[in-house]
Amino acid sequence: MSLFDHSIKELEAKLHNKEITVSDLVDESYKRIHEVEDKVHAFLTLDEENARRKAEELDATEDAGAKLFGIPAGIKDNIVTKGLRTTCASQFLRNFDDPLYDATVVEKLNAEKIVNIGKLNMDEFAMGSSNENSSFTPTRNPWNINHVPGGSSGGSAAAVAAGEVLFSLGSDTGGSIRQPAAFCGVVGLKPTYGLVSRFGLVAFASSLDQIGPLTRSVEDNARVLEVIAGHDKMDSTSANVEIPSYTEALTGDVKGLKIAVPKEYLAEGVNPEVREAVLEALKVYESLGATWEEVSLPHSKYAVATYYLLSSSEASANLARFDGVRYGVRSENAENMVDMFKKSRSEGFGEEVKRRIMLGTFALSSGYYDAYYKKAQKVRTLIKNDFDKIFEEYDVVIGPTTPTPAFKVGEKIDDPLTMYANDILTIPVNLAGVPGISIPCGFSPEGLPIGLQIIGKHFDENTVYRAAHAYEQATDHHTKRPQIGGAN
Amino acid sequence: MGEITKEQVKHVANLARLEVSEEEAEMFTKQLSSIIKFAEQLNEIDTEGIQPTTHVLDLKNVMRKDEPRQWTTREEALKNAPDHKDGQFRVPSILAE
Repeated sequence: MSLFDHSIKELEAKLHNKEITVSDLVDESYKRIHEVEDKVHAFLTLDEENARRKAEELDATEDAGAKLFGIPAGIKDNIVTKGLRTTCASQFLRNFDDPLYDATVVEKLNAEKIVNIGKLNMDEFAMGSSNENSSFTPTRNPWNINHVPGGSSGGSAAAVAAGEVLFSLGSDTGGSIRQPAAFCGVVGLKPTYGLVSRFGLVAFASSLDQIGPLTRSVEDNARVLEVIAGHDKMDSTSANVEIPSYTEALTGDVKGLKIAVPKEYLAEGVNPEVREAVLEALKVYESLGATWEEVSLPHSKYAVATYYLLSSSEASANLARFDGVRYGVRSENAENMVDMFKKSRSEGFGEEVKRRIMLGTFALSSGYYDAYYKKAQKVRTLIKNDFDKIFEEYDVVIGPTTPTPAFKVGEKIDDPLTMYANDILTIPVNLAGVPGISIPCGFSPEGLPIGLQIIGKHFDENTVYRAAHAYEQATDHHTKRPQIGGAN
Repeated sequence: MGEITKEQVKHVANLARLEVSEEEAEMFTKQLSSIIKFAEQLNEIDTEGIQPTTHVLDLKNVMRKDEPRQWTTREEALKNAPDHKDGQFRVPSILAE
C-alpha cells in the first residue's frame, strides 16, 4: 500500500502524530516517479532539490493548522511558478526558466504548505484532448500506456492516477480537467467560471478557462478547492462570492436530490458500455433516495461548433503576446521585426496551435465577424439558457463525462474534427459557466476507467460535491489502482 | 460560404503573423474549410433577437484606483528576454533594407 492511498485528512493525522514525516511523503513521490515516469511521462519539469529542501523545512516546524501541510502536489505547466520553468508544453517557451511571479493559486497552495513536486505535461497551450499535442513527450494513460490519458490536463490526471503526487492542478476550457480525469480514473472538478483566480494561468480562451483540482477522492478535491477558491483583485473576472466549507457539505445524504439526465447525453455516439455504467450509477442514486428524470438540452449538439469558433477566436488574441520580444524563443533567421514575429511564432508553435490561431483570426476578420464569431456568441446564450431552465427544477445534471473510454494513441490525431467531437459532453458546461465534476463510475471490458459527470448550478459546488461524495461512498471504483503497463 | 481558398489562408496567416509553407497552406485550406463547413450548422438556428454572451457572470466594468506601485524591477522584467541592451528590450530593425 502506498502512502498516497490515504486521504489528505488521514495523512494530516499521521503527520501530526509523528507516524510519518513530510520527507517520507516526498520520498514516496520521487520513488514512484522514478518507477513509472519513463512509461507515463506525466512531468515536464521536476523540482526535486527544492522539494526535498522544503520537506526538511516543514519537518523542522510545527504544522500549525495548514490545510495542505506537506502534501506533494504537481502543477499543470500553463500555471506560472516563480523561478520554475513554465513551458505550456510549447517549444516557444522551452527556455522560459525564470518566471517572475507565482500564479495566485500557487501562492495560495504555498501558504497552506504544499510541496511542489514539479510541472505537469499537457497539450501545447492547453489545445487538445489527448496530450499528443505536447511538443515534448506525450503523456500516456497509466491504465494502459497504448492509450491516451486525455487532455489537455493529461499529465495532471496521469500523475495522480499513477500515484506520483497526491493531487494536482489542471485547467479546463472545454473539458481539459474532466475528460482526462475520466480517462485516468480520478476525480476532477471544473469550478464555476470566476470562482478560482486565473491570475498566472497562461490564457487560452479567457471567457472559458478555469483552474481546478484533480485528486483520488471527492473529499481531497473539496479540500483543495477550499484553498484555491476566492476573489482575487488581480483577476477582474474573479467573482466576489462567499467561499463555503466544501468539505462540510460531504454529508453522504442525497435523499430527495433531483437529478436531470439529458437525453442527448445518452444518445447514439455514446458508447454502450459508457451508457450502461451511467445507468448503473443512476440506480445507485435511486437506492440512496435521489430521483432522476430525463430532460433535454436541445442546443447541446451545437456546442462543439460554438466552442471552436469562440475559443479559437479568443486564443488568436491571447496568443498574440508570444512575439519573441519579452520572453520565449526568437528565431535566428529573421531580417526585420515583422519577419522576426512570423519566424519566431512559426518555429515555436505546433500545428494544432497554428490551426486554432488561423481559425480564430479568420472568424474575427473583417467580413466574417458577424457570420461566425457573433453568431456563436448568440448560440452560447441559447446553450446557457438550456441549463438555466433545467436548474429551475433540478439540483444537478448527470451524464457521462466522455462518449468513450480513453482512445488509442494515434487514433484521432490526423482528423481535427473527430478529435474535437470527443469533447461534446464537457464543452456545454464551459459555455454555460457552471461547475462540473468527473468521478470514476466503472471500467470498460478492456479495463479502462469510465467517468460520471455531475453538473451543478453557478457557485453550487457544494451540491456537486455532495452528490459525487455520496456515490463514491456507495461504490469502490475510486479505490482501484492501475498496474502501469501495456495491458490490464 | 464554407470554402476557404488558399489565398485566404495565406492572408489570415499574415494577419496572425504566422509563416506558412505552400504545403502547410494547402493542408490548412483543407482543414479550415471542413471546420468552417462544420461550424455553419449554427445557421440552422434562429438567433433573431438573442443577445450574444461575452461573459457568463453578472460582472460589469470592474474598476480600481489607478495608483502606481512597484511590482517588479527593470532587471527582473528583462531577465527572460531573448535580447536586451541598456535596460531595454532589443528587436531587429523595423524597416526592411
